[in-house]
Amino acid sequence: MLEATWCPGCGNFGIWQALKNAFVNLSLSAKDAVVVFDIGCNSNMFNWLKMTSFESLHGRTLPVASGIKIINPKLAVLAVAGDGGCYGEGGNHLLHAAKHNLDLTLLVHNNQVYALTTGQTSPTSARGFKSKSTPAGSFDLALNPLAVAIAAGASFVARGFAGDLPHLTDLMTQAVKHKGFAIVDILQPCVSFNNVNTFDWFRQRIYKMEQKPANKLAALEKALEFPQNGTDAKIPIGIFFQEEREVFQPETVEFKPEIERLSAEFL
Amino acid sequence: MEKSITWKIGGPAGFGIMVSGTILAKAFARAGLYLASTTEYPSLIRGGHNTYIIRASAEEIFSLIFSVDLLVALNQETIILHKDELSQGAGLIYDSEDPEIGKDLLPEANCHLFPVPLVKLATQDGGAKLMMNNVALGSSWAVMNLPFEILAGVVADVFNKKGEEIIKENLQAAKAGFEYIKKNFPHDFDYQLHEGQAPKRLVLSGNEAIGLGAIMAGLGFAALYPMTPINGLLQFLASKSEEAGFVFKQPEDEIAGINMAIGASYAGARSLVATSGGGFSLMTEAYSMAAMTETPLVVVMGIRPGPSSGLPTWTGQGDLKFVLGASPGDFTRIVLTPGDPQECFELTQVAFNLADRYQTPVILLVDKFLCESLGTIEKAKIATERIAIDRGKLLDLSAADYKRYQITEDGISPRILPGKIFFVTDSYEHDEMGLATEDASMIKKMVEKRGRKFSLLEKEVPEPQLFGDQDAEITLVGWGSTKGAAREAIGRLKTQHVGLKINYLHLNWINPFPKEAVTKILSKAKKIISCEGNATGQMAGFLREQTGVEIKKQILKYDGRAFFPEDIIEGVKKYA
Ligand SMILES: Cc1ncc(C[n+]2csc(CCOP(=O)(O)OP(=O)(O)O)c2C)c(N)n1
Repeated sequence: MLEATWCPGCGNFGIWQALKNAFVNLSLSAKDAVVVFDIGCNSNMFNWLKMTSFESLHGRTLPVASGIKIINPKLAVLAVAGDGGCYGEGGNHLLHAAKHNLDLTLLVHNNQVYALTTGQTSPTSARGFKSKSTPAGSFDLALNPLAVAIAAGASFVARGFAGDLPHLTDLMTQAVKHKGFAIVDILQPCVSFNNVNTFDWFRQRIYKMEQKPANKLAALEKALEFPQNGTDAKIPIGIFFQEEREVFQPETVEFKPEIERLSAEFL
Repeated sequence: MEKSITWKIGGPAGFGIMVSGTILAKAFARAGLYLASTTEYPSLIRGGHNTYIIRASAEEIFSLIFSVDLLVALNQETIILHKDELSQGAGLIYDSEDPEIGKDLLPEANCHLFPVPLVKLATQDGGAKLMMNNVALGSSWAVMNLPFEILAGVVADVFNKKGEEIIKENLQAAKAGFEYIKKNFPHDFDYQLHEGQAPKRLVLSGNEAIGLGAIMAGLGFAALYPMTPINGLLQFLASKSEEAGFVFKQPEDEIAGINMAIGASYAGARSLVATSGGGFSLMTEAYSMAAMTETPLVVVMGIRPGPSSGLPTWTGQGDLKFVLGASPGDFTRIVLTPGDPQECFELTQVAFNLADRYQTPVILLVDKFLCESLGTIEKAKIATERIAIDRGKLLDLSAADYKRYQITEDGISPRILPGKIFFVTDSYEHDEMGLATEDASMIKKMVEKRGRKFSLLEKEVPEPQLFGDQDAEITLVGWGSTKGAAREAIGRLKTQHVGLKINYLHLNWINPFPKEAVTKILSKAKKIISCEGNATGQMAGFLREQTGVEIKKQILKYDGRAFFPEDIIEGVKKYA
């Protein structure tokens, strides 16, 4: 395998370590799971995470992961993406994967910036964020991925922090164990292109929720607790929402080419 | 006198035009007759004028012709729009009690009028007005002098799922129409058909033939987002998935569909997607990923005229260059172009084998006319011409040092399924392990590895089909659904000009292109004329690129309509 090429101090290192820990917790060896990667700094992990994996395209992890899971339900299938890939380019896939509820886990490295393309505004960048693509500051509101996922019907919605490995490992483990579509949005400081949302900035604001919000509405309310538009709210981490819902899984495919019967209607 | 009959029915949408056409086509096939047929309709759900046209003959025919011998008008608009298409001595069935159909509408000379109280007969035993199409079918059948039991058998089968009562009502209406003609217009028609000797055949659309072929090829996963003209395939596959044991999924968009299919294929299922130009535009990104990750995939690309949303329900062949160049990157796009349902059935199976053997996506390029027109497949051939499933180098390895992209002599690396051992699959350029690389020598090796498999494939491209005289003065060249009209045209030209040597070169492998065979065939012809359903001669351009042969004489049609033999005959005469 190759050596990690992330910048020294990058939040991705923490996510990488937590993911390896989670695989150990789950006793998943390199061949028992398929990790479907996006394109971006986050997904370059593909080259140094020794798991069977499929490096797909920018924004396309979820449909590829869905196809794999549908055909081989025995595999644990994870998608790993950045906020750009998953909330921008692949936003439509996220909505549909959430309502569809295959047994998949989505891990999003949310650094609120496009890192691999060297520093443009992402869907989760705060309003006013100055970047190479928004020199005067971003006009848009930041997308709230947790609120979106809850509203769209994700059956497991959580937020972790790249600077808290035990907590993040636990979230990842629970997400994979969850039967249904699970998303873990991970706050990931980008040391090169986002000098606002730094490790320190997060540490000052983050707090762990003591218990899961009681229902979907309460979960949404919690999800909306995020610094936005000049406000300086605290940032809850943990599991926001979890429910048992029927999982989409067609029966194992068996090839039955009975041409006589299938063609009878054309006679 | 023509030995074939062309029957046409026209009326407002919602009056059972489609089902009438299907019933009559099957009835012709059961009567041992050869047939060609299609439907035309505007892109509307309600309202608008729909037609169905079928040509039947005791002798083998390959396509429709322009003139109509028996027209069924379910409303006055049909008469207005189509009376000029009637042949000498043609018949016209219309509702004698429709107040809108005045004398002034009726064709004047050389036409047999069959005024039948269609609505009255449909409703006389408490049936619905909508049954008038069945009355018309029964009347048509009687005019053509074919036995009622054959028609009745098809009606019973088509409505089988709807229950006894519905079958009875439909049969009653058809019988009423049949008897009305027998009683009021005995022996009144020039075009009498007799049961023929054609072998037993399935009557199905190109879409359905592709679906059957895919199922026979061991389809495991299909994701189709609706778009004309592949909706027939979508509907067929959706209805057969349980029975045939594959997964059908309607994705949120074409992008999701093709990516899911790639995931499913990677996990081991033979996978298919289908769309038209707009949808394929969205798919091209992932199409390229299938090439780079070396994942097998079959893409059915149904052409409708463009650009943009173009003419959703009409036909054309304007997307050839698009698929040949679709997607970023330098790789061979395998493009197969069947010309009739039989070829759809066969080439779909071939496509799955090619996809697996060469670990690459394959495009089956069809046009709306082929997708939605009913044609036939010989019943005996669906079993005998079944192509053995060849999954290529899909192995059950457990070697610890497995390399997904191992550099091999033939360019094909052994493939295994996830879950067996650790390996990685990469959409970036990669090394043998599958890890991203930017190393110049490795990049070169990988490009060459993928190139070698396409060189290998080039060697197995079959010779194209040549219909007509071996040595001809005039060689017509075409692809896709032009096949039928061109075959019909060369037959007619030979009857009209005794001694004329003419043939038709049908291209159903566009890429890799059968360079040598085509060059050899064309070098013998004095006059080469290409026939294409586009305005720019895309195939002729590609053919020149592949062979150096320049075809200057081109018959191009781009009005949304398929080729009729008459178009080709006229074109050939222009160049004579
Ligand atoms: C279709 C497409 N558009 C654009 C790109 C260029 N691109 C590569 S990575 C990236 C964004 C990365 O941002 P994010 O997903 O947040 O990941 P990060 O690098 O921050 O981890 C973009 C736009 C691409 N590869 N494909």
